Amino acid sequence: MQDDQNPILTLRDVKTYFPVKAGIFKRTVAHVKAVDGVSLDIYRGEVLGLVGESGCGKTTLGKTILRLVEATDGDITYSSKNEKTNLAGLNNEEMLPFRKRLQIVFQDPHSSLNPAFTIFGSLQDPLKKYGIKSRKERRKIIGDLLESVNMRREYMDRYPHEFSGGQRQRIGIARALSVEPELIVCDEAVSALDVSIQAQVLQLLMKLKNERNLTYLFITHDLSVTEYICDRIAVMYLGRIVELCRAEELYSNTLHPYTEALLSAIPVADLDKQTKRIVLEGDVPSPVNPPSGCPFHPRCHKAIDVCKTQVPDLKSYNANGAEHFASCHLIDLPETT
Amino acid sequence: MTSRSLNKKFDKILAREEAGQLSSKGGSRALKKLFNNRLAVVGILLFAIILLTAIFAPLITDADPLKIDLRNLSKPPTAEHWFGTDKTGRDILARVLYGGRVSILVGLGSGIISAIIGVLIGAYTGYKGGWPDIIALRVSELFMSFPQIILVLLLVSIIGQSLINLMIIFVLTGWGGMYRMTRARMLSLREEEYVQALRSFGLSTASICYKHILPNALGPIMVNITLSTAAFILAEAGLSFLGLGVPASIPTWGNILNVAQEIRVLQNFWWMWLPVGLVICLFVLSVNFIGDGLRDATDPSQQG
Repeated sequence: MQDDQNPILTLRDVKTYFPVKAGIFKRTVAHVKAVDGVSLDIYRGEVLGLVGESGCGKTTLGKTILRLVEATDGDITYSSKNEKTNLAGLNNEEMLPFRKRLQIVFQDPHSSLNPAFTIFGSLQDPLKKYGIKSRKERRKIIGDLLESVNMRREYMDRYPHEFSGGQRQRIGIARALSVEPELIVCDEAVSALDVSIQAQVLQLLMKLKNERNLTYLFITHDLSVTEYICDRIAVMYLGRIVELCRAEELYSNTLHPYTEALLSAIPVADLDKQTKRIVLEGDVPSPVNPPSGCPFHPRCHKAIDVCKTQVPDLKSYNANGAEHFASCHLIDLPETT
Repeated sequence: MTSRSLNKKFDKILAREEAGQLSSKGGSRALKKLFNNRLAVVGILLFAIILLTAIFAPLITDADPLKIDLRNLSKPPTAEHWFGTDKTGRDILARVLYGGRVSILVGLGSGIISAIIGVLIGAYTGYKGGWPDIIALRVSELFMSFPQIILVLLLVSIIGQSLINLMIIFVLTGWGGMYRMTRARMLSLREEEYVQALRSFGLSTASICYKHILPNALGPIMVNITLSTAAFILAEAGLSFLGLGVPASIPTWGNILNVAQEIRVLQNFWWMWLPVGLVICLFVLSVNFIGDGLRDATDPSQQG
């Protein structure tokens, strides 16, 4: 299923900064460092979870990959069978063939469908764009797509307001699938749904992944969801990746104190099991002015002096035969290179 | 009712739905909603009546709106002259009908042209942002800061009074409001996630902003077109009343009202200003009703 040797997307030192403008002349006085040097491999056929608090840059990273937001710096390399392309340098025209391979499912089912069009009306334009000329064929394709997300094909002539949140989310998935992509960025795709619908949509996503050989970048703040579906998990804090490893490894052998704190916050339905909550104090620091040294040190319960001055690199450790990346000064394990 | 018979009933409805009998047969949903709205229907009827009588004026009255009849000065309504005659003996009914042609042309024409210009610019620059947006915004401010009446005086003194000049002035001063409203709507709509989704498919900017986003902004635009049409008709009437609008030789609703400047006319000759005033009032009202109806009908999330 997952092919370690075969990344579909390679990010190297990707940075996305938004200028902060002030004054009469709108001079740029600072930058919001939403994504601040992320390096990441997404392998073909895997589900890579991307977790972190609100405002840590998860969504911006997802949109940067799709070029919905322009990266300030860094390489986003897309690899197909025989060629590698750096998406960051392409203009709109050159980007088109890759728009077909990378797609996104959004968080808010209420704003992700155009209220003025029927489902057929909003789904047919991308198909038209990618060369399906006859209306009959488009109707057939959209009907098939709706059936593949467990909806009736007649629903294509209805308007978005006639559907429930879960149904709309499934239509959003169908829309992403319409151009037969290889990688889908699921941006908090189930966060706005209630728990029973969440499970249903997650199962649908996994079924589609197996049927169509998809790769997911699954952005979420919900660690119990990632545990359920992800092969690997990347933990993000203030625009950087702080820990990245196989899912079961993350839960059993946590290296970074921030991940520890996140995991301790998952509610456990077992009264006898006493877990120690690590309570993080304060908010995520402002990405305009990140703290010196390790960005996590002001809130870290283990912080020592060196954390305040030196930024830890994302290093690779060998744990149980698989790579385990973490960026912390306090890890007492032999590094692998 | 027992639950079993209820179940049966629902089964029947379900079966009919599956057979496609419940879905509506053809016809635009928005139009159907528009015709279900009573006020809108009244508006459409009034609008149609006034428009048709203006267009087919020669079929309704034989009188010539320009023909002066010195034997019939300032006569009250009679069987021959339904709305009476004015101070030079011209048939007022004919003047109201023929005048409607010009007034409606000026109002509706300037309203629609300024809407087209404003919406085309506003939708694109509002969605795109950046320097085109800044330039368009400043230009619109420039045009909106000119007082209409000064512009009219300027143009009248330079090239003289004419219908076209008046419309040009209305469009120049009117497109800014439409542009700003469209732009404001686009600024909020472009952040919706469906727009991001369309961008992720690589659709062209024009297709995204005109085809996909614009229909969602159309409600307020429709209302604004009707309101500005009404305002332009009133402005035409006002300017002609002052003698600055359409040349006095062409009958328009404003030119007919012009005589009501005299207190003597207001007090003694009610037929010279009341019918035309009523027609202006009814026409503006009908246009506003249609605008309201259109707004409700074009909003698909509103059931009705």
